Amino acid sequence: MLRKGIALAALGLALIAAPAAQAATGHAVMKHVSWSFDGPFGKYDTAQLQRGYKIYREVCSACHSMELVSFRNLGEKGGPFYDPKYPNPNDNPYVKALAKDIQVPDIDSETGDVVQRPAVPADRFPKPYPNAAAAAAGNGGAIPPDLSVIAKGRTGGPDYIYSLLTGYKAPPAGLTVNPGQNYNVSMPGDVSGQWTGDHHKVPPGGFLAMPPQLADGKVTYDDGTPSTVDQQAKDVAAFLMWAAEPKMMARKQFGFGAMIYLALFTALLYFSYRRVWRNVAH
Amino acid sequence: MSGHSTYEPKTGIERWLDTRLPIVRFMKDTAIDFPTPKNLNYWWTFGGILALMLGIQLVTGIVLAMHYVPHVDHAFASVERIMRDVNYGWLLRYMHANGASMFFLAVYIHMIRNLYYGSYKAPREVLWIIGCLIYLAMMATAFIGYVLPWGQMSFHGAVVITNLFGALPIVGEPITTWLWGGFAVDNPTLNRFFSLHYLLPFVIAGLVVLHIWALHVPGNNNPTGVNVKSEADTVPFHPYYTVKDGFAIAVFLLLYASFVFYNPNVLGHADNYVPANPLVTPAHIVPEWYFLPFYAILRAVPDKLGGVLLMFGAIATLFVLPWLDTSKVRSMRYRPTARLYFFIFVLAALVLGYCGAKLPDDPVIGAATGLMLLDADINSFVWLSRLATLYFFAYFWVILPVLGLTETPLPVPESISEPVLSHPASTPAGAAASPEKRG
Ligand code: HEC
Ligand code: HEM
Repeated sequence: MLRKGIALAALGLALIAAPAAQAATGHAVMKHVSWSFDGPFGKYDTAQLQRGYKIYREVCSACHSMELVSFRNLGEKGGPFYDPKYPNPNDNPYVKALAKDIQVPDIDSETGDVVQRPAVPADRFPKPYPNAAAAAAGNGGAIPPDLSVIAKGRTGGPDYIYSLLTGYKAPPAGLTVNPGQNYNVSMPGDVSGQWTGDHHKVPPGGFLAMPPQLADGKVTYDDGTPSTVDQQAKDVAAFLMWAAEPKMMARKQFGFGAMIYLALFTALLYFSYRRVWRNVAH
Repeated sequence: MSGHSTYEPKTGIERWLDTRLPIVRFMKDTAIDFPTPKNLNYWWTFGGILALMLGIQLVTGIVLAMHYVPHVDHAFASVERIMRDVNYGWLLRYMHANGASMFFLAVYIHMIRNLYYGSYKAPREVLWIIGCLIYLAMMATAFIGYVLPWGQMSFHGAVVITNLFGALPIVGEPITTWLWGGFAVDNPTLNRFFSLHYLLPFVIAGLVVLHIWALHVPGNNNPTGVNVKSEADTVPFHPYYTVKDGFAIAVFLLLYASFVFYNPNVLGHADNYVPANPLVTPAHIVPEWYFLPFYAILRAVPDKLGGVLLMFGAIATLFVLPWLDTSKVRSMRYRPTARLYFFIFVLAALVLGYCGAKLPDDPVIGAATGLMLLDADINSFVWLSRLATLYFFAYFWVILPVLGLTETPLPVPESISEPVLSHPASTPAGAAASPEKRG
């Protein structure tokens, strides 16, 4: 019985380990951060999400859209500006004020003209570029990807985003960087084509069109946290993780109850099983 | 085995119904009284687990379909809307996506169980073949379902797999055009895939009914592989196996829940959270884990048509297995030589799965690059897959047919009750009947 249980558990583990065996692309530096939301009881750090939102708004939103996120999401449970006084996030005055500062396109219902108006919580985050062609034209041919689910759309998630934002290093001698491109030790890719040095010692990382975005003091934090590149990268990565998985806290909470319930149910069934079978040789 | 029915309608309504549609009698005979060998171990609980998983996929899938939009411009966003705005949508979607993985985990264990205990042999060939049909339909359903969220892996996976049919001579091109509903994977493809993804699970449900019917004619096999000789070898399905299956199901659900609640995306692929873009091909197109062994077989052959034929051959082999195994002894418990080959077979299948996730030309042992033999780098995943593929086919087409004729099996017990039982009763025999009545 126990032996079989162990065998089953091992099978389960093998299953969990399987995707870790995915093929690796070249080699890129992945830095691991200890996040507040790690583990079965991890939670988002509200203050961090607020700082992260500020960075997205003041830096990243110039190029990157977040089309799946609305202002109201910021005031939802688990979100950066959730306030239990306002269970309906559309009433949250802070969220309303944040939205009002941003202009969104609309159609004037009287004239049919395209107009700009202040956003309301129900509006989605506006896009920086009207279409993909404009986005490419504004960025040397590369389209900045939408950031709504980027934290789930890249292997490594928030660790990867943090590593990428802090991974811009001066290219080592022997590595040619094409104009419009930037060398980053954490960008997946293969730089061997641009490398004239020892072919056993190809530098890690790859090239991307996005130049370094963060700098010490670039964003002023309202909560007094020192505004270093490292801190900014962590905060925006945490914010993007929240944007990709806004229901994570609800999920873990629900899961805790479900696991306890299932464990009790399992024990109950096990003892019933022993009882029912006690008089049968098998 | 089903023999006489012990159902006695008690009320007037039951008697009235029983003479018109004896459905209550049928249910009682199949799910309550059905005589079941008393020595079934936990490997026998996966049938119940599979039935539950099918039910979970149906229920979560039908609710997902209420919110999903099968259109190339809206599919990705509609799945994200389910995750964000639909009440408990995240739960539905994660249960469905991880449910597919759990379903396959269970079906693989179930199939391996059958291989080990020889459950595919006479008189259960039809039962086994219906099982193979269910597996085939599951693969089709899961492949098509994975296309629906219309992420990068959905799209490019669909392109790779549908293109396989193009390798067939003459019929290849018309088949792919017909599958696509055009000349590329596009909106018509997504539409028909959604329709088929809704249909196929119900086909599976129908096959499951036939599967259980075909089970209840010869009855269950059991770990000794010996036929049931008398009533002393059996217990009624309820409460003995309802409670044992129930316990196993609960343990399985704990595993399933740990994925859904704490690691919902670990079995998936990050690229599928990037909306499909026909112009950008992901660096590695990797199918879901449950297809990896077949993917490795496909890539083991340099020629595309050859790879496709071999891959389908691997599945086709399962269908004829009852006639390949020449041994009269069912259970490998009494076939020590065969058992050894069986464990190597399981290993080969796992190795194939591992190779399927790797790049074919990558070295298996990092340090020893370039083990050249006749122009070929032996130290590469493609060669490891070839070795494992060879064993996969040899096991069914050479080892099992030959071994049945040449090996000397161990003595097989006279009956189920005869071998030394691992769990003797705590009260003397005779007191065994109906413990449930004693409360
Ligand atoms: C000046 C415009 C610009 C700004 C501002 C900007 N990015 Fe980017 N970003 C880009 C472009 C262009 C790309 C595409 C790069 C490529 O594909 O080569 C990109 C790509 C990315 C990627 C994807 C990299 C990959 O793995 O493909 C991430 C993540 C990212 N940016 C995050 C951010 C974050 C976080 C911020 C704010 C701190 C930010 N970006 C600010 C232009 C910008
Ligand atoms: C045999 C049972 C089934 C299996 C194995 C299965 C498998 C899958 C898989 C693997 C996915 C992709 C999940 C993802 O990555 O997002 C999926 C999606 C989906 N399935 Fe199923 N499914 C089954 C039954 C059903 C049924 C009965 C329905 C009801 C119509 C359904 C409706 C859907 C819908 C709407 C989606 C898209 C939403 C999503 O991607 O989460 N499925 N299915």
